[in-house]
Amino acid sequence: MLDNAIARQLRDIVGASWFKDDDQTRVAHSYDGTPMLQALPDGVIYPGSTEEVAAVMRVLHEHRIPVVSRGSGTNLCGGTVPIQGGIVMVMHRMNAIVEVDLQNLTATVQPGILTKAFTEHIESLGLFYPPDPSSMAISTIGGNIAECSGGLRGLKYGTTKDYVLGLEFVLASGEIVRTGGKLVKDVAGYDLTKLLVGSEGTLAIVTEATLKLVPPPKHKKTMLAMFSDVYDAARTVSKIIENRIIPATLELLDNPTIKVVNDYAKLGLPTDAAAMLLIEQDGELETVERDIELISGICREENATEVSIARNHEEALKLLTARRSAFTALARLRPTTILEDATVPRSKIADMVLAINRIAEKHRVQICTFGHAGDGNLHPTATTDARDTDEVHRVEEAFAEIFEAAIAFGGTITGEHGVGLVKSPYLEWKLGEPGVAVMQSIKAAFDPHNLLNPGKIFAKSARRRVVLERG
Amino acid sequence: MAKTTDREALRETLKIKLDYDQLTNCMRCGFCLPACPTFRETGLEAESPRGRIALMKATVDGIMGPDVPFEEQMSHCLGCRACEPACPADVKYGQLIEQARDAIEEHTTQHRGWVKGVRKLVFQGLFPHPKRMELLGKGLKLYQRSGLQTAVRKTNALKLLPKQLADMEKILPEATGKGVVKTLGTHVPAKGQKVGTVGMFRGCLMDAMFAETNRKTVELLSEAGFDVAIPEAQNCCGALHAHSGETAQAKELAKRNIRAFREAGVDAIISNAGGCGAILVEYDHLLHDEPQWREDAAWFASHTKDISTILWNEGRPLPFAEPVGGEAAAVRVTYQDSCHLKNVMKGGASPRSLLGALPGVELVEMKDAGSCCGSAGIYNITQPEMANRLLEKKMKDANGTAAHYIVTSNPGCLLQMKLGIERHASDKRMEAVHIVDFLHERMAARG
Repeated sequence: MLDNAIARQLRDIVGASWFKDDDQTRVAHSYDGTPMLQALPDGVIYPGSTEEVAAVMRVLHEHRIPVVSRGSGTNLCGGTVPIQGGIVMVMHRMNAIVEVDLQNLTATVQPGILTKAFTEHIESLGLFYPPDPSSMAISTIGGNIAECSGGLRGLKYGTTKDYVLGLEFVLASGEIVRTGGKLVKDVAGYDLTKLLVGSEGTLAIVTEATLKLVPPPKHKKTMLAMFSDVYDAARTVSKIIENRIIPATLELLDNPTIKVVNDYAKLGLPTDAAAMLLIEQDGELETVERDIELISGICREENATEVSIARNHEEALKLLTARRSAFTALARLRPTTILEDATVPRSKIADMVLAINRIAEKHRVQICTFGHAGDGNLHPTATTDARDTDEVHRVEEAFAEIFEAAIAFGGTITGEHGVGLVKSPYLEWKLGEPGVAVMQSIKAAFDPHNLLNPGKIFAKSARRRVVLERG
Repeated sequence: MAKTTDREALRETLKIKLDYDQLTNCMRCGFCLPACPTFRETGLEAESPRGRIALMKATVDGIMGPDVPFEEQMSHCLGCRACEPACPADVKYGQLIEQARDAIEEHTTQHRGWVKGVRKLVFQGLFPHPKRMELLGKGLKLYQRSGLQTAVRKTNALKLLPKQLADMEKILPEATGKGVVKTLGTHVPAKGQKVGTVGMFRGCLMDAMFAETNRKTVELLSEAGFDVAIPEAQNCCGALHAHSGETAQAKELAKRNIRAFREAGVDAIISNAGGCGAILVEYDHLLHDEPQWREDAAWFASHTKDISTILWNEGRPLPFAEPVGGEAAAVRVTYQDSCHLKNVMKGGASPRSLLGALPGVELVEMKDAGSCCGSAGIYNITQPEMANRLLEKKMKDANGTAAHYIVTSNPGCLLQMKLGIERHASDKRMEAVHIVDFLHERMAARG
């Protein structure tokens, strides 16, 4: 528990009701969206302004108290579990859209605004903010920045990092820094803005962000193709790109996922299909129609067993149902759902899907794979039961092999969820010792006393996945 | 707040009552948070379904004690169940919150003053007894017609009541004191060609306070082609009991209802109150640990339908009158969802379809029509502060539609909307109305 005098100092800064250290609040901030992890913080603080964040950090810095800043706590890498106790800083109160600049096409927001509330506001102004993580109804822009969230539109539109132009953040010491701005070009020293994106709350606490907006696409078309061989599907993905077409969405479901989705949503999909591609193109009407025409030609050439193009919005929604219900269908299979995000060059998608299936079989676990085939970001998803320690162990072994396979194909251990706690033992596999060492020196430069989200990204020792007993 | 003698004993009861599988099924994705009215209002994780499930699990796991704040948190939940359709993992949150409340209630030795009185009156003295409910209706009628109401209001006697109850007094409907059976008998034949036979679930609050709505429900059903039976042996649905931790009594009431409608030989049981209907469709769960009731409870649960659902999906189209005056401005209506009709009975679409099909009526959706109005059973009496915050927000959205009518599907919502109009309507001519009354009024007079 926190010393009474320190708790009083914190209450003086944010107001009595915005610092809580009762059991109920501590339990409610002991977890995030990651299965099987739980650790209690000593207290939870809800700052209302940058100045309050800075003042809070000065107190915590003085007393060397760790702090985990977070939005809604939906991440899947154990990124916001306070494993060393200390304070959880919830940014929900700082949720204003400070400004939408229609001349520069930028928006300046506080970190606690919900992603969906933000994009809806932006769309109401006839503009577009593309990053669309599946959790966007509850995730915050601050959380998206901390994890560099992706989504379905990554292939054509990029991810969060491509839309952050400037930041205001508070250092561990309590000093306030501003980087970037409403600028397309800015090479004044190291690019601290981009460094902060995806830094998982380990370098500083983001208190404001300036985001790039783009004009929205005018038209959109959706189509679906089924394949009896996953290589055909994967080759189709490569062929589409080779033909200089960059679809807005290019999603893949493997056979185990198709079966599960079909059982759940009763869509009448051919359950013997090895793979399914869901493709969307957006832009000018003429381009969209031409691209969809070309893509369906490519699908047929590559032995698609079925190609359907949505004729209207309702039909498009129907086609999207399969992809949209994948997570829900999987989550209902077993009590515990572990969703990973191993990513490979898109030319290696088929090899990766087959490797995952082989590894799952070897370890006698159920892993279904779906994901963003167009950008090589797959979601191998294990369905298991946290109470079955033997099976959970086998799942962990399987994921270790999946990460290994991804790296062997020239890929990475995480495409969009972050390293956090869960993937920290594997970071060295991807970066090598010197790579990790450079990152650790950057961390030390920002946060010499290791107060900001300690224990994340960098594992005490490589390999062996960390699992706390309760959760 | 309720007083509990022994915390460790409460923990043991929570361990027994809470379904640990359901607690484990919550994968903490957080998708329920934006659907939860108390989370949206407070922004506090503990006030969300994910938070409350974590608290339940933590008390069972021994991470925290089932302390007073825990008990308070369990009663902050509206029980609107909006989190359930949002949940990818299909966690039965409604069951968990009822199990937690049931455990807490078992260890509660003393309720706060007037809450105790209200609970006892509602759960034991009144709702299980149709005759007493009828008497309540009659009493209310006498109160309203005898001049006593006027006298009470003039003398400020209402100040003696807690504010929330005093406000509720103002919006009480005009009672008739005569239930639906007294008005129509126990059987009403179908008009024209018969489509099927249904049993009318009259509900205790509905029959005491909204007996006219019950009568019109039967008339709409008859008009749509259904023979309607109103079994006299039926009683209170038990929803308020189940939601407040009085499970044993809820089960007894359920059994009596199942028996009554089984004996009536009907094809379906029709409810006109979302709050009642939602527990009726879950009688199978309520009685899941009583094998001898399994089959009958499953039949009852799967054959219960809301009035709007059966009218829209199975009934013959109702003969609605064309609006008089031809091009006259349309009547503008907005629909406030009954949480339990929408989230539990999955019947949120039919009321809208019916309203949308009415000639001369324009349906305007209000923002967040699906979020709870704060009525939530007896929540607006036991948790007035949160209920009032939700109501104020709801009325802002309702005012935004400039509707002439707020249409609802549940007596609790209806009363809360009346209260909302009384307190916050920008145009006091706005009216709250049950969908049955609204449809009935627009039927063409038949020769």
